[in-house]
Amino acid sequence: MAAAATISPPCALLSYQGLRGALVSTRTFQSAKNQRQCGRAVAAPISAKFDLKPPPYPLDALEPHMSRDTISYHWGKHHRGYVENLNMQIVGTDLDGMSLEDIIILSYNKGDILPSFNNAAQIWNHDFFWESMVPNGGGKPSGDLLELIERDFGSFEKFSAKFRSAASTQFGSGWVWLAYKANRLNVGNAINPRPSDEDKKLVVVKSPNAVNPLVWDYLPLLTIDLWEHAYDLDYQSRQADYVSMFMEKLVSWETVSARLEMAKAQVAEREREEEKRKYEEDNESSSNEAAEMYLDSGTEDSEAE
Amino acid sequence: MAFRALLTRRTLAAASGLGPNGGVATSFRGLQTFSLPDLPYDYGALQPAISGEIMQLHHQKHHQAYVTNYNKALEQLHDAMSKGDAPAVVKLQSAIKFNGGGHVNHSIFWKNLAPIQAGGGEPPKGSLGWAIDNNFGSVDALVQKMNAEGAALQGSGWVWLGVDKELKKLVVETTSNQDPLVTKGPSLVPLIGIDVWEHAYYLQYKNVRPDYLKNIWKVINWKYASEVYEKECP
Repeated sequence: MAAAATISPPCALLSYQGLRGALVSTRTFQSAKNQRQCGRAVAAPISAKFDLKPPPYPLDALEPHMSRDTISYHWGKHHRGYVENLNMQIVGTDLDGMSLEDIIILSYNKGDILPSFNNAAQIWNHDFFWESMVPNGGGKPSGDLLELIERDFGSFEKFSAKFRSAASTQFGSGWVWLAYKANRLNVGNAINPRPSDEDKKLVVVKSPNAVNPLVWDYLPLLTIDLWEHAYDLDYQSRQADYVSMFMEKLVSWETVSARLEMAKAQVAEREREEEKRKYEEDNESSSNEAAEMYLDSGTEDSEAE
Repeated sequence: MAFRALLTRRTLAAASGLGPNGGVATSFRGLQTFSLPDLPYDYGALQPAISGEIMQLHHQKHHQAYVTNYNKALEQLHDAMSKGDAPAVVKLQSAIKFNGGGHVNHSIFWKNLAPIQAGGGEPPKGSLGWAIDNNFGSVDALVQKMNAEGAALQGSGWVWLGVDKELKKLVVETTSNQDPLVTKGPSLVPLIGIDVWEHAYYLQYKNVRPDYLKNIWKVINWKYASEVYEKECP
């Protein structure tokens, strides 16, 4: 399930389908179907290699806030390097042919990171980052997204302050995220046994180096790259200015809203699957009990005779 | 161009004569603040290995920020400790480690560099040269090893040549973010540290960290490294 050569931005959101245990059984079918629906009518490449996806705008489109120079190095050298290196790393291994998200979860290895993690996660992170921005972006979100932000942070301003504060306290390379967290904790297998709507919330989280919230089973909605290569040429040491500029001039709230809708749909789907599975499990055990009762009464009858 | 002291002392009390360790029952605890050390060379003196633009930003902006934030964190820590606010004390640890580490590491870094006219790049002689040959085969081999480890470091951090003062052995280590070398081993003493955070080279070398690593050896101050080594291994 390697990425097809050209997929228009909203379709990249489908990359949420990943290794979510046995719960999302329709994963494979949906991914392939959507890949064919989106993008131009270009045949998906037969090789299992990953492609360097271009940003959904020309390299100078984010000037003056993010220079053409910065993007041409950031995308053309760093992002390209991750793609080329991952392709070299996975060729001929178990990971060859797996989806990017599956490689990420597998090689994260619950924190005991394996070699291909850095490259795989950084490819995903950078795809997600370019799509998080748009020329003449910024401003405020609206609709459902704004409602949820106000519910979970108090106000858009408070969310904004939290986002910036997370950025200034990320000590080293890393990323800051707005993510949708649905009954999940930062621990493997931790699922709320009595989920409520309040447990589905927006959170601001930061992650070091290549780590991203997929490994915590959160659904990312927005990210900013805090590796110095993202802002050194344009802002040198002024990271706070870079973050401000990103919030005020570049964020594509439309994309973030679309991602939120997808995330909610995915969570609903997962809950349906979980309920179905529980129902089937309950039915199985009750039908076993019935069979045992049947056997017992048979034995008694023969003894009676 | 003498160094300004790495730290200056400012006591909270107007009282004189009482150091930070007090001594009397009603002692006032002094709060030490740290300041940016001067460089013993001009910003442009390490060109073309490291550009003057980078040296100035690195020193005046990045290192200064670590110093400022370290002082701020220490003040908050002092506050939290006097209030007995344990959660606040614990919460401050990462800021102290990061900014304090940044100050410690960069203070060493400036001493690790020297203009060519002042001996930068001149290979080590004496006991350090001999120890390098013993531990790594040759200075060249050591440089290759440090460059390989520095290039492979994911994210931000440092690559070090250190001496284990207990075992009297040289080691090559890397640390993440602003962790000082001592976090890799309590008896490790840094001899040479090379900053591989992107801010150390990006404006000049862009993404080509290996070129930066290749060139920085032209201005590495082996004399300073030898002095530190001889002190630990007389």
